[in-house]
Amino acid sequence: MAAPLLSIRDLTVEFHLRRGIFTAVDGVSFDIAPGEILGVVGESGAGKSMTGSAIIGLIDRPGRISRGEILFQGKPIQNLPVEEMNRLRGKKIGMVFQDPLTSLNPLYTIGHQLVETIRRHLPMTQEQARERAIALLGEAGIPSPAERIDSYPHQFSGGMRQRVVISLALAAEPDLIIADEPTSALDVSVQAQIIKVLKRLCESRGAAVMLITHDMGVIAETANRMIVMNRGKIVETGSVGDVIKRPREDYTQRLIKAIPSIRDETIRHAVPAADRPLVEVDKLTCDFMLSKSTLDRLLGGARSKTIRAVNEVSFSIPKGSTYGLVGESGSGKSTCARMMVGLIRPTGGRVLLDGDDVWAPGAGSQKRRRRVQMIFQDPYASLNPRWMVGDIIAEPIRALKLASNRAEIEDRVADLLERVRLDPASMKKFPHEFSGGQRQRIAIARALSSQPEFIVCDEPTSALDVSVQAQVLELMRKLQDEYGLTYLLISHNLAVVRQMADNVGVLHGGVLVENGPVDQIFDDPQASYTRMLLDAVPDISRVN
Amino acid sequence: MSTTPPESAAQIAASTPPGWFRRAAQSDILYSFRRSPIAMVAAFVTAVLVLAAVFAPFIAPYNPFDPSSLNLMDGFTPPMSSSFAGNYFLLGSDNQGRDVLSTILYGSRVSLFVGISATLFALTLGTALGLAAGYAGGRIDSVIMRIADIQLSFPAILIALLIFGIARGIIPPSRQEGMAIAVLILAIGLSNWAQFARTVRGATMVERQKDYVSAARIMGVGRFTILFRHVLPNTLGPVLVIATIGLALAIIEEATLSFLGVGVPPTQPSLGTLIRIGQQFLFSGEWWILFFPAVTLIALALAVNLLGDWLRDALNPRLR
Repeated sequence: MAAPLLSIRDLTVEFHLRRGIFTAVDGVSFDIAPGEILGVVGESGAGKSMTGSAIIGLIDRPGRISRGEILFQGKPIQNLPVEEMNRLRGKKIGMVFQDPLTSLNPLYTIGHQLVETIRRHLPMTQEQARERAIALLGEAGIPSPAERIDSYPHQFSGGMRQRVVISLALAAEPDLIIADEPTSALDVSVQAQIIKVLKRLCESRGAAVMLITHDMGVIAETANRMIVMNRGKIVETGSVGDVIKRPREDYTQRLIKAIPSIRDETIRHAVPAADRPLVEVDKLTCDFMLSKSTLDRLLGGARSKTIRAVNEVSFSIPKGSTYGLVGESGSGKSTCARMMVGLIRPTGGRVLLDGDDVWAPGAGSQKRRRRVQMIFQDPYASLNPRWMVGDIIAEPIRALKLASNRAEIEDRVADLLERVRLDPASMKKFPHEFSGGQRQRIAIARALSSQPEFIVCDEPTSALDVSVQAQVLELMRKLQDEYGLTYLLISHNLAVVRQMADNVGVLHGGVLVENGPVDQIFDDPQASYTRMLLDAVPDISRVN
Repeated sequence: MSTTPPESAAQIAASTPPGWFRRAAQSDILYSFRRSPIAMVAAFVTAVLVLAAVFAPFIAPYNPFDPSSLNLMDGFTPPMSSSFAGNYFLLGSDNQGRDVLSTILYGSRVSLFVGISATLFALTLGTALGLAAGYAGGRIDSVIMRIADIQLSFPAILIALLIFGIARGIIPPSRQEGMAIAVLILAIGLSNWAQFARTVRGATMVERQKDYVSAARIMGVGRFTILFRHVLPNTLGPVLVIATIGLALAIIEEATLSFLGVGVPPTQPSLGTLIRIGQQFLFSGEWWILFFPAVTLIALALAVNLLGDWLRDALNPRLR
């Protein structure tokens, strides 16, 4: 192997906090060879982003590099003065961050930003730089770059913007690119394209990449070598194939086992056949009215525009089974869920629960409150931070007057906490004392406390780490067996849906493009959109 | 598979729920308080002034409002000296022979009472209207907030004067004296509610979008329960900050009104009234009659204001 481009020796980053010293990165050493793609994977808090920030000198107080060396092309760079570091960033080391919305300046055209970056680092005239910028955008897959170069960032979609960010990072021909979760904010189909662009561009320009991500699938498809980090330390290093197929360390094995794959076939209990499905959705439609501007309203002129978020969606869910609803952002899956639980009134169509319309006044909505519950995506926003866990879980019991005796409520809450594998003493604590996965268990306990039959789960695990995700999914499955629950599982993660669902519906632009048993949809998709979606998913089983 | 292992030392420490005392002792607010010398001094000054006002009848060397104890022979005694009648005055005495220290103690009692009551009134009114506007939205929101906007475009003191004037016109002269303090509280409170309404409305609009409110709606929790048990507690942080800074403003507003002579009746002088009385003697050499009440007012308003500033920073996670 040639001399390494970047060499990190015993890097330690510490945060001096009020309650003591927190070591975010703990004695990390690794090399990146020129032109190599190194994947850094780990769960949240593993120190992977902090390692990236340390390399480019972006660690903010109270954090600091307390030990170790960062050698770039043989020279130590961890103590460079600010000006030299600035020159190094951009010229020699490019950066791609997670959020394409905030990494471009919204006030300048992308051409302006590209030309400025190119001219700062390379001796070029305005015209040459502009030509180069157009070429870069073209290579990054922006159609007709010569026309789009004078557009502003908001005129591009998220995926297109991330392509611009990548061209920006590559503009000055850097030797190393640090990409921190470059595709995590994007839909799967866009994610796949961005990974390809990143890989192709870096290969053609000989730039090395340090790819930081929590998604093992992305690494499997992109990187040559990978590092697994946990709690600030490197757990395992090796070629991608070796680590994924033959993980040596205990932690890596557990991590890989926890990742669901879209090729996994899970054994499901046969769902008892019922005469009539528990939930029937019939031509459900939802229009959103775009509010008119005040001037328009005063003039009474322009008719208000409507957007059809959900368009005549119909499906049914047998009792005791799980229906997976998949789709990309903006496909209307959350709107569907909100109409089914009674949060958004449908414009048309019906949702029947055991034969009763949940939106009908009286019996229907009464039944809905008793028998339908929901689990939300963000376990930080779904629990009232000022309430004790015991009160949060007891809320449905009190709201529906299922019990009024204090001791009885407490018993029920304790029982529910045990069922979601939390200590009953947690009752007296507040949500902020729990981790994301534990909070999601509390949310599940709350959903269960009114003994519902049907639970709508809107992205229940997408805010969680893979190992925690596996535990939560396992818990959901056990509870389904115990109580005979019926789930509607909404997810953008196809692997999760494959693992959990009996039947699957694919939403695209508010229309249900495909609907059927899970194996049929995944193994023999009919709609071209479904096929595209399935092909786009990065998967660890694709490693070669 | 059991529960996830505790992820940090903090979580292990939190595994046994501590009592409220330890919770308070470990809280971030207290920590930030102990690291801010300004906040500690401000809290000390506020505490001393409030305690002195509350226990005025026990601390004050004289009762300045007991006509039988007044002696014109005591008039215009300079600070730290004895009068002809042989009475000692630490901060001097005024034209009628009242002890300045005692009038200040009794005066800050009135000032604080009016200030706190007016702020509580503004807080209750503003929070209720802000909650209604933020949660209901639409027309209710527009009406309430436009009224607030109109009111905010006038100086608060002008609104208070207006309300005071109207009250004078309505209440029969024989009862005006007895109701003066109530009218003052009403006037100052009504001139300050809009700040609370704006803040609470904004916070309500943020909170009502959160999933825990959706969860409550799904289980059929009533609108008022959601408002008061879910949304309200989560909007109280900023309200507390405004209330503290608002208290300082209300005290100054009361002093201004009393200085102008439309505030509290002369039989119950507040700090503002004392300043008005003292102001007549400023250029004839009896400076202490004005100086000490003015310093007390400044110290009180400044200390409360600094406490409010510190509280705002301490509650704002972005500044930590």
